Amino acid sequence: MGTLIIVTVALLFLTAILTGGYNQRFLDQVKNSVVWDYITTVDHKKIGILYFISGLVFFVIGGIEALLIRIQLVAPGNDFLIGDAYNQVLTMHGTTMIFLAAMPLIFGLMNVVVPLQIGARDVAFPFLNALGYWLFSFGGILLNLSWFFGGAPDAGWTSYTSLALNEFSPGPGVDYYVLGLQITGIGTLMSAVNFAVTIINMRAPGMTFLRMPMFTWTTLVTSALLLFAMPALTVGLLLLMFDRLFGANFFDHAMGGSHVIWQHLFWIFGHPEVYIVIMPAFGIMSEVISTFSKKRLFGYNSMVFAVALIGFLGFMVWVHHMYTVGLGPVSNSVFAIATMTIAVPTGIKVFNWLFTMWGGELDFKTPMLFAVGFIPTFVMGGMTGVMVALPPADFQYQDTYFVVAHFHYTMVGGTVIGLFAGAYYWWPKMFGRKLDERLGKWHFWPFIIGFHLTFFPQHFLGLFGMPRRVFTYNDVPILQTLNIISTIGVIGMTIGTLAFMYNIIQSFRRKADAPADPWNGRTLEWAIPSPPPAYNFKQLPLIRAYDQFWISKQTGKEIEPSEPLGEIHMPSPTYLPFLMSLAMFISGFGFITRGYEMGALGLILFFIVMFIRSYEHDPGYHIQPDELTGVEKEAKA
Amino acid sequence: MESQAETATEHLESSTLEGKNKILGFWLFLAAETVLFACLIGTYLALRGQNMGGPTTQDLFDLGLVAVATGLLLTSSLTSVFAVNALNQKKQKGVQFWLGVTVLLGLAFLILEIYEFVHYTSMGHTFVSSAFGSSFYTLVGTHGAHVTFGLFWITGLIIQVARRGITKETAPKVFVSTLYWHFIDVVWVFIFTLVYLLGKVG
Amino acid sequence: MNQRKWRYLLPVVLIALAALSGCSIDQRLNALDPSGSAGEIQLDLINWSIMLMLGVFAIVITIYIYVLIRYRKRKGIERMPEQVHGNTKLEVIWTVIPIIALIVLAFPTVKYTFDLDEKPQGDDVIKVKVIGYQYWWEFQYPDLGITTAQELVIPVNKKVSLELEGKDVLHSFWVPNLGGKTDVVPGRINHMWLDAKKPGEYQGKCAELCGPGHSLMDFKVYAKEQADFDKWVASMKQPPKQAVSEIDKKGEALYKQNCMGCHAGATPQVPGPELNNFALRETIAGMLPNTEANLKKWIKHTEDLKPGTRMPKINYLQEDELDALTHYLMNRKSKTEK
Repeated sequence: MGTLIIVTVALLFLTAILTGGYNQRFLDQVKNSVVWDYITTVDHKKIGILYFISGLVFFVIGGIEALLIRIQLVAPGNDFLIGDAYNQVLTMHGTTMIFLAAMPLIFGLMNVVVPLQIGARDVAFPFLNALGYWLFSFGGILLNLSWFFGGAPDAGWTSYTSLALNEFSPGPGVDYYVLGLQITGIGTLMSAVNFAVTIINMRAPGMTFLRMPMFTWTTLVTSALLLFAMPALTVGLLLLMFDRLFGANFFDHAMGGSHVIWQHLFWIFGHPEVYIVIMPAFGIMSEVISTFSKKRLFGYNSMVFAVALIGFLGFMVWVHHMYTVGLGPVSNSVFAIATMTIAVPTGIKVFNWLFTMWGGELDFKTPMLFAVGFIPTFVMGGMTGVMVALPPADFQYQDTYFVVAHFHYTMVGGTVIGLFAGAYYWWPKMFGRKLDERLGKWHFWPFIIGFHLTFFPQHFLGLFGMPRRVFTYNDVPILQTLNIISTIGVIGMTIGTLAFMYNIIQSFRRKADAPADPWNGRTLEWAIPSPPPAYNFKQLPLIRAYDQFWISKQTGKEIEPSEPLGEIHMPSPTYLPFLMSLAMFISGFGFITRGYEMGALGLILFFIVMFIRSYEHDPGYHIQPDELTGVEKEAKA
Repeated sequence: MESQAETATEHLESSTLEGKNKILGFWLFLAAETVLFACLIGTYLALRGQNMGGPTTQDLFDLGLVAVATGLLLTSSLTSVFAVNALNQKKQKGVQFWLGVTVLLGLAFLILEIYEFVHYTSMGHTFVSSAFGSSFYTLVGTHGAHVTFGLFWITGLIIQVARRGITKETAPKVFVSTLYWHFIDVVWVFIFTLVYLLGKVG
Repeated sequence: MNQRKWRYLLPVVLIALAALSGCSIDQRLNALDPSGSAGEIQLDLINWSIMLMLGVFAIVITIYIYVLIRYRKRKGIERMPEQVHGNTKLEVIWTVIPIIALIVLAFPTVKYTFDLDEKPQGDDVIKVKVIGYQYWWEFQYPDLGITTAQELVIPVNKKVSLELEGKDVLHSFWVPNLGGKTDVVPGRINHMWLDAKKPGEYQGKCAELCGPGHSLMDFKVYAKEQADFDKWVASMKQPPKQAVSEIDKKGEALYKQNCMGCHAGATPQVPGPELNNFALRETIAGMLPNTEANLKKWIKHTEDLKPGTRMPKINYLQEDELDALTHYLMNRKSKTEK
């Protein structure tokens, strides 16, 4: 605590010295800087960019952790990274990739794209949107601070008790996990509410639910899943925090607690979470495949039905993560059948994608390349998904590398590849610049080949007796060979990711000259300039059909506006979300270091800012019609 | 938006898009809260037998006291309905009065709960004494924390209404806070049934 | 029968492929070549599902490749595809057929789930209580009055009924060659059964992350012919030899001073594997071959060999003291009794 204050004060002095003292000019300078702009922004496009960039940063961190794991496993008996250090790396790899990489990348795309796709000027709750981002961000930073202050969590991303209790994980590691995830979780829940309300209430006139683009549909279902799944994690983390910090006995079997409760709570959240990260990828696939096949999405209605059904079933299958816990054959059978059922709507989606391409004119631009790579990869993940759904067979697969292979096929082969497709597809819309096609191929081919090299052999590693989360394995030629192949594959994925990073850097060096509709798109976001103006739509469009933008391009008629040109109300920027999240961060750090005063102080600060916000009279500002046309003229000139 | 606000005098709270968003968003938030309490109740039901030699639910619970608390909270829900009625009739004083009564009743409930907790603790039933203790205090305590937050919130709104009057900004806030209050009430009904009644009878 | 064989083709092919690439598979650890009925049941279902899934994959990939080649954009030709909405007939087909396939798969799944959960009854069932500790396994034979650690010895062709109990954190009991795993959960008692159809050594693993030493929480299962098993039981039941020689007496004293607390149950909060029958075991700590040199290495370097193990390094003994201690431990039962 004392060191913290000293460091803070020292930093403040340093800032003062470097900036020539605290004065009005400095304040103005700060207020006009890009950093301040992004800290206070409530614009969904900027928040989307923040999410996306943070997601990429964490993706790289998680990737480095994966690299360390694969280096350790290159030979049996390797002592590069063993014991507790290895457990820390594997825990942080899983936690980072799921919560801090996949989720923000998804939220990034959702934030940028969804309001544009439904023809809205903003999201329903711009303030909440910013708060959601900053909470996520500070939670993620808090979690990763564990590396420097006391050691990272080491009980696996599932953090099963009793390993995660004080007695068996005495350091602060698991506290970082509990509080870091709790803070990001609150942010996530806010974002979910925000997206759901935006989609339900703020669609452009005439855009009925069955005229919504597929990505918007998957966002809606994802939000619903988050809404019902996150609280289970919140409760789980709360109980674990009580056990660790305040001596409660939820998971202490000697005091009547139960380890199975943690597993239930975790997987009631955890299984929907899996669909939360894959659904948006489904949405991206639908958009990309239909655009680059120049065809309407095949079986749109059944696609919507399938997404809703997957979301619904996603809540009734969590026990399939717990077949070996010993809940009995009745429970195992019921959940097995429920799980197998999910294969049906998933199959519907795959066939619909295939038949969207059937008869189309397939243009293999980078987004389409990733989309096409997604299909067989994800189908394989789905197939092994059915296989692990069968309890007797799962007794062999459970907690082995077979399962590791399975979920990497869905998470990397599904989510990550889907997100790459989405990134290349919407990059022009986000930044007004296209990513380079040639570098895109350098991204795609090494990545997908490396991916299969890494994860395909892991199926067999599992069947040949290698449990997951181990830092060594029996010195047997087959295990060794497969592990070496697996590690070699990582090189491919690394090259691909580096190409992507290079591509991003290159794109920012070029002029922002992307056209409004670079891909001959079908949905509304392509009807407005890239990047869109702050208010998105000068006049809200009137929607008469699915793929309205495509239809108006075909018929040569502009999309009709649904309102006359008028002044546009915009929310004003605010630094309160940042401040609230900072308060949460302080509170979290306080509880982790057992500085309860600091923990309480942070919480109080949070609520005070919340009340300040409630009293603040924020009328926002208005953009006048003549300003709008001015902008338009400028863009044309 | 402006013209809409003038025509829809009956429901000022949903006269603007912001108001509508707020109300729908809040309903969705309550859905999430429902899952939260469902998880806590489930945990409690799973662990309530694990008293580790400490007092059991039969030894502890005094239905009389809890019934009084329940009565207070149910009544406060009713008074919050009166507040919304006053809101619809744009009676600023009425809104303030009924919200005030709601806060007082909630406060009385909270005091009873604190008394109850102190009493249980003295009987050897504490947060750390057993899994039953942990789950009981966490469930009922989380509800209590929600009540406490509601008290601050509604008090804040009384001040806001007093300052700004009933506008299309304050109206959704008041409406949403009463939704929250009803929700807390419903959760309490479940707690009353599943914790106290079941603990005494079951 | 023919069909049955056909279904076993796939793993055989896979193993053959692996063998061709110059790798041999550790047969003690192979889920695809089981030596017990539980493992066979599981393999049967694995094969069923792989076949079904490969069928699905073949259909998908055929359409996929056809579409990618046939409908790719060709240079110089601008074509406007027909904007199809869907095709109800097709959509019904790819909804109904998977449902039927899954129903077919559901029947053996449910049947096997219940089969594997049965508790074997009868006089010739061997009952074993399995207790998982960080990071070692204890095996108790309540009917025979034997307790051992790290090595489960069973007779062939007899059902073994296992009762699994946890003491500290979660573990998972897995012998890939004999059958799937069951979690060891503190505060719960789980059941599973196994049998071995041929004598031999099978390797077991802990499959649930249980701490820094998780990777090394191995154990062995020895399946013996009934006669050999009976012999093993008899030698296990014999009390350990009295220490007579000078060196053994010295070793015994050191054992009482340094080891007994944990290893003979004097301090129950820190349990260690029992050591009366130590000489009869094949391994030390479930991982090192049981030789005197290895034993010395283990005693001196516990934590370096198995991260997180609760046994402290006994590195304060003189060389001759260590000799006496290991000699005593290695000779409490004569190795020939095995």
